[in-house]
Amino acid sequence: MTGLNAHLPALQVVVPLLIAPLLILLRPRGLAWAAATAASAMAFAIAVQMTVGVLDGQEYRYALGGWSAPYGIELLVDSFSALLLLIVTGASTLALLAGKASLDSEIEPRRQPLFYSAWLLALAGLAGILVAADAFNIFVFMEISSLASYVLVAGGPDRRALPAVFKYLLMGTIGATFYLIGVGLVYMMTGTLNLADMELRIHEVADQKPILVAAGFITVGLALKAAVFPLHVWLPNAYTYAPHAVSAFFAACATKVALYVLLRFDFVVFQQNLTGHEEQFAAYLMPLAVLAILFGSAVALFESNLKRLLAYSSVAQIGYILLGASLLSIGGVSASLLHMFNHALAKGALFLAVMAIATRYSQLDLQHLAGAAKRMPWTFSALVVAGLSLIGVPGTAGFISKWYLVAAALEEGVLGMALVAVIVVGSLMAVVYIWRIVEAAWFAPADKSADDPGGSVREAPAAMLAILWLAALANVYFGIATGLPRELATAAAISLMGHLP
Amino acid sequence: MTAVFSIFLLTLLVITALGIVRTRNLFVAVMLLGIFSLLIAINFFILDAADVALTEAAVGAGISTVLFLGALALTSERERLGTRHRWLSLAVVASATLVVLYATFDKPRFGDPNAPVHQHVAPWYLEKTPEYIDIPNVVTAVLGSFRGYDTLGEVFVVFTAGIGVLFLLSARRHGAAHRPPGERDPSGIGLREHVIPRVVGRLLVPFILLFGLYVQFHGEYGPGGGFQAGALIAAAFILYALVEGEDRTLAAVPQSWLNALMVGGALLYGAVGLAGIALGSNFLDYSVLAANPVAGQQLGIILIEAGVGMTVTGTLLSIFHAFAARDRA
Repeated sequence: MTGLNAHLPALQVVVPLLIAPLLILLRPRGLAWAAATAASAMAFAIAVQMTVGVLDGQEYRYALGGWSAPYGIELLVDSFSALLLLIVTGASTLALLAGKASLDSEIEPRRQPLFYSAWLLALAGLAGILVAADAFNIFVFMEISSLASYVLVAGGPDRRALPAVFKYLLMGTIGATFYLIGVGLVYMMTGTLNLADMELRIHEVADQKPILVAAGFITVGLALKAAVFPLHVWLPNAYTYAPHAVSAFFAACATKVALYVLLRFDFVVFQQNLTGHEEQFAAYLMPLAVLAILFGSAVALFESNLKRLLAYSSVAQIGYILLGASLLSIGGVSASLLHMFNHALAKGALFLAVMAIATRYSQLDLQHLAGAAKRMPWTFSALVVAGLSLIGVPGTAGFISKWYLVAAALEEGVLGMALVAVIVVGSLMAVVYIWRIVEAAWFAPADKSADDPGGSVREAPAAMLAILWLAALANVYFGIATGLPRELATAAAISLMGHLP
Repeated sequence: MTAVFSIFLLTLLVITALGIVRTRNLFVAVMLLGIFSLLIAINFFILDAADVALTEAAVGAGISTVLFLGALALTSERERLGTRHRWLSLAVVASATLVVLYATFDKPRFGDPNAPVHQHVAPWYLEKTPEYIDIPNVVTAVLGSFRGYDTLGEVFVVFTAGIGVLFLLSARRHGAAHRPPGERDPSGIGLREHVIPRVVGRLLVPFILLFGLYVQFHGEYGPGGGFQAGALIAAAFILYALVEGEDRTLAAVPQSWLNALMVGGALLYGAVGLAGIALGSNFLDYSVLAANPVAGQQLGIILIEAGVGMTVTGTLLSIFHAFAARDRA
């Protein structure tokens, strides 16, 4: 393993990328799930291995083809990328492990190899973005992950997924195009695509019009991909009508990868070189973050479809992540990164619970789920644990990041008090919308609907429950033992803030 | 003189774009899109970007037009009026245009040798390509080796598009009745009853194939490479399908072969990359593939270009057949 250690950044991408085409050749077709899960687990193992290295103070740099940057393409894994790699590969692995029964019922066996191939391509694309240290390379892997995501979201039996995915495709393409226009303008003025090299060379031409416009295009494009309010309109329906396992995978990590690129690009390339950029960054993103928290939570309050409710909650959670970053302090940025990790845990577990519920109930409206918790107590208990983490109850992971976020906000004086009020209001709204699920499932009289004529609904399959509980308990574990994500997030925040003037 | 011609072409480009947006007839829009691509290709050519021009002409004007027509055959020719977000779209397009125009105020003068793009990595590529790779076409050296990882990514973008279309269009097909072999539906036999297109079309196919192979293997010396060649070879088969009927094309090159091409090309590229690791260097380092590093680079580029060509051919033909088969079902 020591010989391969240096190659880990490349293998992180190459392993899922090359197993994807192999799945199509694999016979019998039933092996596709097993192979995809194995590849995803291998990617997770690589991410863990690199995280261990990063925690030891190692920084992985890799020159592809042996060509050194800026002439060749460079890969870079530091604590920021390691944190996100853990989220992405972990979410993919858990969603696949738990999702077999659910995906078997949603996708015919004949089409499964293509589906799992697209899954691995999405995983490889997201991982490729996270290890890239090159602006154009990020775009290439963004294309792979986006195309594969459209396929995955449209993969389910629900026909309403098609208009949803069309909107997702249009918005995603506009986002990617904006990013590319921005990168093109920066390239025109600096002659380089390597991010670290760009940071140095942009200095001479900073504050010229093309660079200013590029900063705008890149930020708006990535904000579209990250579903930052008010550019979130593609997200709720895409998550709602996607196959349930896909919702669990993407809700945990997809928008966070775009946020990762947004933060990395902005902090590394723009912050120190453009005059007054940090004030503008805070002045534009903070109000959007506040609106995202209030709007997303408020819509979730009135939403009756379980998946859409959670999707709007995601819009709000993206707001928390952005809010921390817009504080532009080490405390704020590390709270933001920590919230990426903790929200992935909570939302991933919640969508796994939705998947478990969907194996027994075809309608996911709250009124159809009346009394469902009595039939599926284990599933709904896990949902409650994850829900508590989403709210930010002490003892869960969600509490930790919100605590750090509040602490960072309080450093800002009067403005900070207002931000704390927003966080508190947002969390109270989360209490209400999670309570609505609990109330319907535990306290409403059981609904004798078509799904459940004789009251014979059973608990979800055992394998699915086991993974669901693993995810739910991870929320508790990381609420008590906060070491690993906090260490990574703090190191990443220090490194990002180190780029500020 | 070139500048005048460029301005003329760019004006035509804007007019074509407006025409595409204005027309409600989707068939007209598809034809205009083909013209649009051709105009862009000529522009690229004037800017001395022959490789990009060739790709744009083959893919934009050629293959995508066929695919759009294939999609149109499944729907209707008229656009349904009901664009709710017209003003929003118009505002986004207008502001993006104005902002990009604003950005050009400070841009380096067109063709300025002191522009940053000509001062940093580009001279290095021009200087080092003869030494490290020793092929005349520096564009191929950059795409194939210096930035070969991006090209690997692009091959997988094509591959993803291919499996995406196969996956989505394979849904709910089981309801469609299989046609008995003797019975021919009109769309499956192409233009077989029309003498002139058939004679001319059949005559063209071998030449297009030959040109495709030339572009594939001449990529190190002139404009070309796997992407363009793959599009050309696929175009030859699509032309054959149009004049002789899709069933004969599938009999000549069955779908299982196309899948093998699609998968095989992507895997070939990846395997060349992994060979770099196995032989003790980095992923996608071709110089260890042969005793002489320069020969290794050349071998690596030939192999990955072959992989690119295979995947592009297989994917484009698979997408074409997927649309055509859907049409008949």
